[in-house]
Amino acid sequence: MSTPDLVADAVVKRFADHVAVDALSFSVERGSFFSILGPSGCGKTTLLRMIAGFIAPDGGDIAIGGQSMRNVAPNRRPVNMVFQQLALFPMMSVGENVEFGLARRGVGRADRKRKSQEMLERVGLSGAAHKRVDELSGGQRQRVAIARSLVLEPTLLLLDEPLGALDLKLREHMKIELKQLQAAFGTTFVYITHDQSEALVLSDHVGVMNHGRFEQLGTPQELYYRPQTPFVAGFVGANNRIVGKVDSINGEIVALSTASGWSIRARRHGSPAAGAAVEAFVRPEACILGRSVAELPQEFPVQAGAVQSLLFDGANSSVLLLEERTRHEFRIALPQTGQFSDLKPGEKIVFSFDPERAACFPARAGADGRSA
Amino acid sequence: MQTRWHARLMLALLLAPALLWLGALIILPHLDLALLSLRQRTGPQQYVSSLAQYRTFFHEPLYWHVFVRTAVMSVVSTLFTLLVAFPIAWIIAKILQGRASSLLFIVCLVPFWVSETVRTLGWMILLRESGVLPALLVKLGLTAVPVEFLYRDATIMLGLVYTSMLFMLVPLVSSLESLDNSLIEAAYDLGASGASILRTIVIPHAAPGITAGCIIVFMLTLGNYLTPTLLGGKNSEWFTEQIYTQFITRFNWEQGAAFGFLLLGLSTAMVMIGLRLAGQRFGDVMRRT
Repeated sequence: MSTPDLVADAVVKRFADHVAVDALSFSVERGSFFSILGPSGCGKTTLLRMIAGFIAPDGGDIAIGGQSMRNVAPNRRPVNMVFQQLALFPMMSVGENVEFGLARRGVGRADRKRKSQEMLERVGLSGAAHKRVDELSGGQRQRVAIARSLVLEPTLLLLDEPLGALDLKLREHMKIELKQLQAAFGTTFVYITHDQSEALVLSDHVGVMNHGRFEQLGTPQELYYRPQTPFVAGFVGANNRIVGKVDSINGEIVALSTASGWSIRARRHGSPAAGAAVEAFVRPEACILGRSVAELPQEFPVQAGAVQSLLFDGANSSVLLLEERTRHEFRIALPQTGQFSDLKPGEKIVFSFDPERAACFPARAGADGRSA
Repeated sequence: MQTRWHARLMLALLLAPALLWLGALIILPHLDLALLSLRQRTGPQQYVSSLAQYRTFFHEPLYWHVFVRTAVMSVVSTLFTLLVAFPIAWIIAKILQGRASSLLFIVCLVPFWVSETVRTLGWMILLRESGVLPALLVKLGLTAVPVEFLYRDATIMLGLVYTSMLFMLVPLVSSLESLDNSLIEAAYDLGASGASILRTIVIPHAAPGITAGCIIVFMLTLGNYLTPTLLGGKNSEWFTEQIYTQFITRFNWEQGAAFGFLLLGLSTAMVMIGLRLAGQRFGDVMRRT
């Protein structure tokens, strides 16, 4: 294994009354796409700005390409950043924007021109060099911002929610483009976002951040299928959250019931005692839906409910139902076959899920009863 | 037809005050002055039209000298004002936040609540031979006898910079405030040093504000009468003083009018040259102020 391109070692940043980044350690392999995913205020922007050098950590160290970055100014770090609002220079043409960093390094005019032309070609903007920045579309600007950074051949490219300002259609498109660009250049990308879909689609590894710490660090698949904390289970992907108390434990499977008396079973994380407060998560697509009990597999406990509303969203359609006795809200993904697309509100329905695919965690302190 | 006619009448009525002001207070007096400057007195109540007033200006070295001196001093004092105001504007717009920023702005504004005459007299109290500063220097043992600071070019310059400060500060602050901080960070991130950020990002962005401030300050300085006269005394040799002398002392309105037009020509020419040098357009710049 080569040296990781980025190593954070117990990095701490405190602001007046709270700890923004709390003794965080992680490393990012060369050439990989690493995302930091978290809600706003979780400290991810602070972390990124420390890597870029705009703020100094209060403790710990950040090493880039094997070199400690302590006391290294942002303009001397082998790191470039794509800003949230892109921050293209409006007083310069597209070509001048791309040449900016090269010019600061003292690269000659002819070399500069050639390199920026090549780079613009690689991002599919050949011939745009003379254009003004405001003549470009949102997606083209995005590419200029990336080209402007990559032309400097940084060890690390930092991206600060660069897709946030784009409309949905373009955002979907740019996701794919970003992934292709990263694969083509092989530069290590560190990407921060609050959008779990961006993180899952783009990344080789994701750190899910909350309150200045990583709740879990892993591949997108690991985060999705094997969340280690209730926060990750609730934040990554859609999930039904059921809060209750442990009734009994049978090996890996916990039987729990909600305050209103609905009982389900789920795979345990940690070792809760009988009577302990827990929260369980069931993915909408882990459930099997049927109009009669006969349609369901026999080995799992059968639940019954009434349709509250149908949430049609093409391939992501789901049904929101209320459990028969307790009126607990529960969301189930509709099969892609269109089999249940004719469900009507009020209709009675049965469902079941494999307890192995539901996760049960000890309840978080201060966690409320809201479904995630 | 009826409504369109109404609309036109409305527009005319709405524009009337502005047009009246422009016509009665600016265009008419200037036309009158232009006519005055183009005639020569041949006897009591007898005038012929001639270019004699302008000829006098070109033939008399004193007038020439004062004219050029006023222009050069005005340019230099404008540049000084820019140099002093820029860091202050930067601090107000970019470094201080919220209340501290407004406070500093108000501190810069407060002296302008006092009339220019009083402010300039304040400087005289500080700087004259029997004033505060010379006495202080003697007390500190830096000079043996009180030094006269008044009636020097440097003192005139000081007064001019002080007087025009605010007019530079306002457009600078507003143009720097509109500069997105992330542009500065992006330049820094791409390897730029402080000096090259200033040169490649900040100054190009603030150029309209800088030009607007310079134009206003230059015009105010060139047309300033009070500050050079009070701080420079007889040595000030300011062109507005020459105009004053012609009108009031010599009662030579024809000559004074000609001088007035020459000054107008000078300021117009200098502003045009300044705009050309800064690569700015007059309309864009004026919209910034």
